[in-house]
Order: sequence, then C-alpha cells, then structure tokens
Amino acid sequence: MVDQELVTCTIDGVEVSVPKGTTILEAAKQAGVLVPHYCYHPGLPVAGVCRMCLVEVEGVPKLQIGCATNVVDGQAILVNESRQAKEARKGVLEFLLINHPLDCPICDQAGECELQNYVFQEGRSRTRYTPTFAKRFNPVEDFGGDILYVPNRCILCTRCVRFMEHAVEEPILNVSERGDRAFIGVHPDHGLDHPWSGNVVDLCPVGSLLSKDFLHKARAWELDHTPSVCTGCSQGCNVNLDTRAQAVVRVRPRPNLDVNRYFICDHGRMTYRDMNRGDRLEAPLLRDAGELTAVDWDHALARAAQIVKGSTGKAVILATPFASNEALYLARRVLERFQVTAAFRADRVDGEHPLAGVPGLAVRGERAPNVAGATLLGYRDAFGDALGAIEGAALVLILGDSLDGVNRAQLEQAGNVIYLGTTLPEAARAARVVVPATNVAEEDGTFVNRDRRVQRYLQAKPGPGMARPAWWILGELAVELGLGDPLGSADEAFDELVEATHAFRGLSYRQLGVRGAVLPEGAGAGVTA
Amino acid sequence: MGYPHAPHDKETVVLSRYFGDAEARTYDGWTKRGGYQALEQALGTDPQVVTDAVKASGLRGRGGAGFPAGVKWDFMPKQKSKPHYLCCNADESEPGTFKDREIMRWTPHALIEGCAITAHAIRAETVYVYIRGEFTEPIRIMQAALDEAYKRGVLGKNAMGTGVPIDVYIHRGAGAYICGEETALMNSIEGRRGNPRIRPPFPAAVGVFGMPTTINNVETLTSVLHIITHGAEWYKGLSLSNPKSTGTKLMSVCGHVARPGNYEITMGFPMQDLIYEMCGGMRQGRALKAVIPGGSSVPLLNREEAEGCVLDYEGVVAAGSMLGSGGMIVFDDSADLVYQMMRIAKFYAHESCAQCTQCREGTAWTVRILQKILAGQGEMQDIDLLLDLGEQMTGKTICVLSDSCAAPVGSAIKKFPLEFEAYIKGARRPVAALA
Repeated sequence: MVDQELVTCTIDGVEVSVPKGTTILEAAKQAGVLVPHYCYHPGLPVAGVCRMCLVEVEGVPKLQIGCATNVVDGQAILVNESRQAKEARKGVLEFLLINHPLDCPICDQAGECELQNYVFQEGRSRTRYTPTFAKRFNPVEDFGGDILYVPNRCILCTRCVRFMEHAVEEPILNVSERGDRAFIGVHPDHGLDHPWSGNVVDLCPVGSLLSKDFLHKARAWELDHTPSVCTGCSQGCNVNLDTRAQAVVRVRPRPNLDVNRYFICDHGRMTYRDMNRGDRLEAPLLRDAGELTAVDWDHALARAAQIVKGSTGKAVILATPFASNEALYLARRVLERFQVTAAFRADRVDGEHPLAGVPGLAVRGERAPNVAGATLLGYRDAFGDALGAIEGAALVLILGDSLDGVNRAQLEQAGNVIYLGTTLPEAARAARVVVPATNVAEEDGTFVNRDRRVQRYLQAKPGPGMARPAWWILGELAVELGLGDPLGSADEAFDELVEATHAFRGLSYRQLGVRGAVLPEGAGAGVTA
Repeated sequence: MGYPHAPHDKETVVLSRYFGDAEARTYDGWTKRGGYQALEQALGTDPQVVTDAVKASGLRGRGGAGFPAGVKWDFMPKQKSKPHYLCCNADESEPGTFKDREIMRWTPHALIEGCAITAHAIRAETVYVYIRGEFTEPIRIMQAALDEAYKRGVLGKNAMGTGVPIDVYIHRGAGAYICGEETALMNSIEGRRGNPRIRPPFPAAVGVFGMPTTINNVETLTSVLHIITHGAEWYKGLSLSNPKSTGTKLMSVCGHVARPGNYEITMGFPMQDLIYEMCGGMRQGRALKAVIPGGSSVPLLNREEAEGCVLDYEGVVAAGSMLGSGGMIVFDDSADLVYQMMRIAKFYAHESCAQCTQCREGTAWTVRILQKILAGQGEMQDIDLLLDLGEQMTGKTICVLSDSCAAPVGSAIKKFPLEFEAYIKGARRPVAALA
C-alpha cells in the first residue's frame, strides 16, 4: 500500500485517522457515525445540494456540508452532538416534506426510503406547512425502459441526473424548471433505455424513480436480502437477491469496488425470473422399463454409483458455465477413473455494453457467470466436440446443460447417461438417472469471473422439492464410489477443490468473504490431480 | 450622475462623467477624453505592479460582496500553467440596481479598457463579458464598441501593439438572476445550467472551463482604469469615513424619491444627503419610511437607521444592513411593506436555481405565508414561522440567494411588526396577492 498522509480528527468524540483528502462524511462512516445525506453517493460526483449532511466543525462559524468538506488534522466535528446541525437537518427535512405527497402506504420505497428513515430519526413530528397550501403536482411520467418517474415524491437530489451524465455518459436527464417548480426532465427524443439505466432506481433515495418490473410487487420490509453473484454475464457483478415468500422478486447491486462498484446492468436485473421457474425437477428419477420413476435419494445415488462403477474407459461431461466451481470440480472427481472429455457451452452475443464512466465494467458478450471457473477446472469450450464424443463413451454426465439442440435419440444410443439439472428437457428423458439440482438462488457456491476473481454466492431461498445443490449430489456420489467422506457444506467442497486444484491454491471461503479474491497470478489452469 | 439628471454639486463624478455624452461611446470620442491611456500604461508595466496598485487603492468589489479586488486578483496563480480567464459580471439583475447598465450604455470603452487592464494584471488572455440578456441596448452598444476596439487594435492577439494577447467576448445571459452569482455565471458561460457551484474549489483555482478565473463586476473593472490613471493614492483619498472603503460608488436610487437615478458618491457619503438633496427628497407630502440600501437582497433600514447611515461598506453594516450593489430602494409612508416583502420573496422563489433544499422550498413557502397574511388569513404564529424559516435559509446553502430572500423579510418583520399584525388582526383590509 502506498504511504498516505493521515489526518486525525474526532467525530462526535470518536477519534479517527483517515487519509488526507477524506471528506467528513466518509471519515464519519469510519467513526461509526452516519451523517444523514441524500445527494451524496460514493459512486457519483459530489453535488452538495441537499444540504442534509450539514455538520458543525468546531471553530468554524457556519455549518459545513460533510460530503464536500475535507477533514483537517485535529478537527473536532459534531454530527449528532451538535444542536445547531441537528436543527439545520430538521429544517431540511421539513422543507423536503412540504411538497412531498406522504403517500408512503402506496409507495414502493416505503421501508427502505431515506426520507422516511431520516424523518423518523430526526425530523419534526408535525409540519408547520399550512394544510390548505397546494403541494407541487406533476403527473407520473414513463421515462422509458423499466422506469417510472413520480415527480411528486422527488427531492431533486440529482443522483439520477449525475448517474446518467457521469457514469453512463449519456446525459438524457436534467433538472427542468427552477425553484419549487423544478422536476427531473427527460430528453424528448430518448427514454431511459440504456442497458445500465436501471441503476437510477436504486440510486433514488426516495420512491420517485421506480422499476416497472417491481412496481407494487412487494413491501420492502417483507424482503430478505441475500448476497449473490449475478449470472447475467462473465463480469460477475455482486448482487443481492431480494426474496419474498420463497421467490426472488428483485436483483439489486451489492457494492464491490473491485467488480461493479455500486451498479449492475438491466440484463442482470432480469436474471431473477429464471430463478423462479415453475417447471422444475423436484425428485430424483430412475429409468426402469423405459419409464422414468420418482425415487428417493438413496436409490438414485446407489443407481448412479452402480452405473459409474460398472463403466470404464471414456466419459463425457456436458457442463453448464452456470454450475459452481464446487460442482464442476466434483464432477471431474467422481469420473477420475475415466478418460474424460469435459466441455461446456455459453451463450454469446456480439458486442459489450460498457458503463462508460466506470472502466472495466460492462455487460459482457459471454452470458454466463462461470466460464473462467469451468476453464480453470479443465472444461473446454468445445461443446460440439464433446457431443461428438458421446458415441463410444462409456458414460455421459450431463451437469446442468440445457440440452438445447441435442436430441433424445442421440443420448439413448449413448446408453449410460446421468442427468443432473434443474429442469427436465425432452432429451434428458434418455438418461438412466435424473437428479434434481438447485439453481444459483438455492445453493451456496462460487464462480470465477472473467478477471479471475473467485466470488461466493449464498442461498437465498429453498430449492423445490427434493432438489439439492450439485456439489452435494456429486459429493454423495463420491461417497458411494468410495472416493471420500460426505461433504457437509459448500465450504468443505471448496476446501477440497482448493486442495486438489493448483489454480485455486491458498483460498478459503473465509478468505473470499463477500468481496471475493483474485486467483494468484500465474496459476496454471487445470486440475493437478 | 444619473442620466438624464445633471450632476449634483455633492457628487464625485468619476465613473459617470460621460453619462449622457453619446460621443464617448465611440473609440474616437473615448480617446479624445483620455481613453485607453491607462491601458497603454498598464500594458507597459508588470502585471504584479498593476495588481499591487489596485490593492493599494483599497478598491473593493462593487457587485455586492465588497471583497478587495486586488486581493482577489492575487489569488490567481503567479506561475501560469493553464489559460487564465477574466469574467466581467454584467448580469446586473439585482432588483433596484441599474448602475452597470448605465456604464455600459454610455461608456462601453471604459469597461473594455478596465477589462483589458485587469486581464493583463491577472495574466488572462480571454475576457468574457457576461451581460444580462434583457439589456438589449447595452449589449448593442457594447458590441459596437468591442468591434471598434478590435478594429483599432486595442484588443486582439497584439493588444495596443504591445504583443499582449487580450480577447474580449460578449456572452449574453438568458434571463436568470442566479447567473449573476459568479460560479453560476461560469456554468452559464460554459453552456451549462446556471447553477452555483460548491466552493472550494474557488474560481481562482478552478473557474470557467476548469481554468483559473477572476470574476469582477462592471463597476469594479471600470474603476480600475481610474486607479491606473490617477494613482492608488488618489483613489484611496476618495473616502469620507472608513479608510477601508475607498473610491466612488454609483448608487442606483429608485422608489419613492422625487428624482430617482444613478448618483456617484464618495465612499462615506451620508445617506440622508443622498436621499434629501441629490434625489430631491420624498414625493410631495410624503415621509421616508424605509430603505433597502443594497439591492433587494439586504435587510431594510427604518427611517432613523437610514437617516443616520453612512454610505460605505462598514457604515451600512453598522446601520444594520449591507451596501451590496448600491441599489437603493426607498419606501415612503404609503408603502405596504408586507406586500413589498411578498413581491421580493416571490422574485427569489421564482429565481431559485432549485439546487439547495432550503432555498428551493423555503423561498416558495415564504411567499405562500406572506400571501396568506396579505389575504387576511394569517396567524400570529406565521410571523415566528417566517423568522424561523429565515433562520433555516441563512448561511446553509451553496450561494446566498436564500439568505437574500430571508434578509429583507426578516428585517421587515423585526422593524415593522405592526404592519404584519395589522393584516393578521384584521385591522387592515386584505389585498389580493399578485398571482
């Protein structure tokens, strides 16, 4: 780390040392003090307009805005312990509410609204605004894309305007009009249809910019938030899966300065739909007398083990780059006796959609989360070759591949087919054993993004029926085959992978945390075993 | 001297000497009156010498804040690593102020000369004269003078043949009061929405187009050439009171006086003499009630305060207000101050740029309360509310527009509480608020 000059100050009596040039607001975060704010957002240029973050700096007559004032060595800063600053913030809150409709009961933001929160925290209990005075009224406007604008709720913090101007670099939003007539205006010829524009909904501190997709779907306090990794492309943006009643209802960015800063793209936001599919495999199936019959896990695993034990020679794994590293590793482990052709295929589209203001962040053409992981674990991006190798293979393990374009007859000829997946495509009916796996929202696991960052995703909701994580299924199969002890968690599966795989050396779940870790430089690809 | 008035004996005519003298508008007329000698002299000296002279003269910004001009210039980097800019603030929109308009109408070359001298002093090669959009006639006259100055070699890549490059551009405003705020003015020149910027960084470090910039008022820049011509000592001597306020000041007097107009006084001149002698006193049979001394943005003075007030920066502050731009609005005893305050507040509510919460919402709320009082529906607690809003609107925002709304309203409540109470208690007939 570069030597940085530190300055030391006290914030509400708590002493902190921060690099020179740190703002009061950021320094206060380190002291455990939240300076209330609206317009400030760490991912956007400072505007200094909401005046909510006014704090008292000892020896300075006027209150200072925490977002734009740098800490000076030896300063004493008062946030919650300054009567003057609290009065000023109370004033700002009262001003913000005079034109606010207070329609929280029908507002999507209620429960996660910064206006609501701060008013409850330090606002007045009653307004002094005469009830007969009219409030500003502008009709709801469709901003295009997924976004609705409710101007009456707007507090004109300009986060959305700055996002479009400085992050997207397509300034199609502005502040129109002046004074209390002001509102957010949209370019007459362009809607908010940029692939990254959905972020304005997250950035909006109030319920003024809303997602049409999420409109009136859930109340914020009913939602659970689970850290996950976006499966939309190989960028590996960190997200939270918001769930309600065992369904994912929304995907929102989870800040990670090394991957996606504070943003995700609109494509990634829509990935939740697949996580809630209704046509899921819910029980293990065995093919007896030409019919697939539901069985329990013991039978299914025993049969699978029997098939593996009874085969020898060549094997093919058709994997999906949506599978976790743990599953990809274990699939190879259970077939280690075989001469394996392991392949995957990923959807690819032409062109990337970068977020211009954030270098290195884009919707990637490679529309799968774990292409890098699969490659590191010895899977080749040569699905066609692998499909060709089915003929003459003693065993075919299908690990989550969609089997699009693969016909049932082809697999039936292959004979020993074990299918592991979330749904049951027609071709999969050719398998002798079908086992139901969970999807990304239903299991713990890791992906490797295109920049070789290994990142964890956590289980957000239960899997359907008897579906189990692929690492558990393959781990149990390994036990049946006498290849090891049962795996109690994805954590243990990862440890085993790390031990066996040179490229992942030294990593652990603890080390990955929720931010991930980059694979060591120069680590070769492929399993060492 | 305020055209069409003849100069009053007690005026000190420096800036306004040629007001009403159409010939002074032309290059030939201006040089005949000694024009461009100061510029020639300045271009022949080191920029720092010019800056030091202005510093020594004690010239303070005439736009309202009264910041020492030479000190401001000194903030500009001495070692030039980027282009420097000078902006002339000719966006004179302060209600009650009309001095810059007259300077530009009658002595455009004086302003150009002042700009060129200052540009040299701060090592700027480009000057933007940001003129209020409504000033159609001054813009026309300034443009004609500018064209002439270029033609005669006063400006351009080789100003006055000295090799110094000075380019002057006129930028026409589009009608926003806030663009007279220096950082909003810079945004406007850049083609952005005229929103004030947060400081720091200050314009001397990061100004227009991100370059070091100095912004001065028309009257300030025009005063510079007289300091160069007559010397800092002479200018410093133009002071009747506090030595920190030097030179002459154009006072734009409007309202209920017999002869409204521009009057050029020496700093420290008594307000009483300005109103009763130069302006011919109140209208027939009327008495002085209140004065807003520095454009609508400052607290008003009641009769006693006004009559005892000395017109310089410190004197007006001592009387309880500010000299501001020198736009004096005089009210006689027929004035309805509640209505006047509503009108002023309405102006600010209309002109608020909508950035800061207190200003955007507070100015409009103030108007509504005042309208409610005027309509006879006010309550006594509205007065406290107005004062409290004023408190919230003062010193908490990026620029001083909301302070400017709160100051006159708050001072009117404190100095003329009975006027407000009369409406609230029904002693006065309600008036329909201006829609």
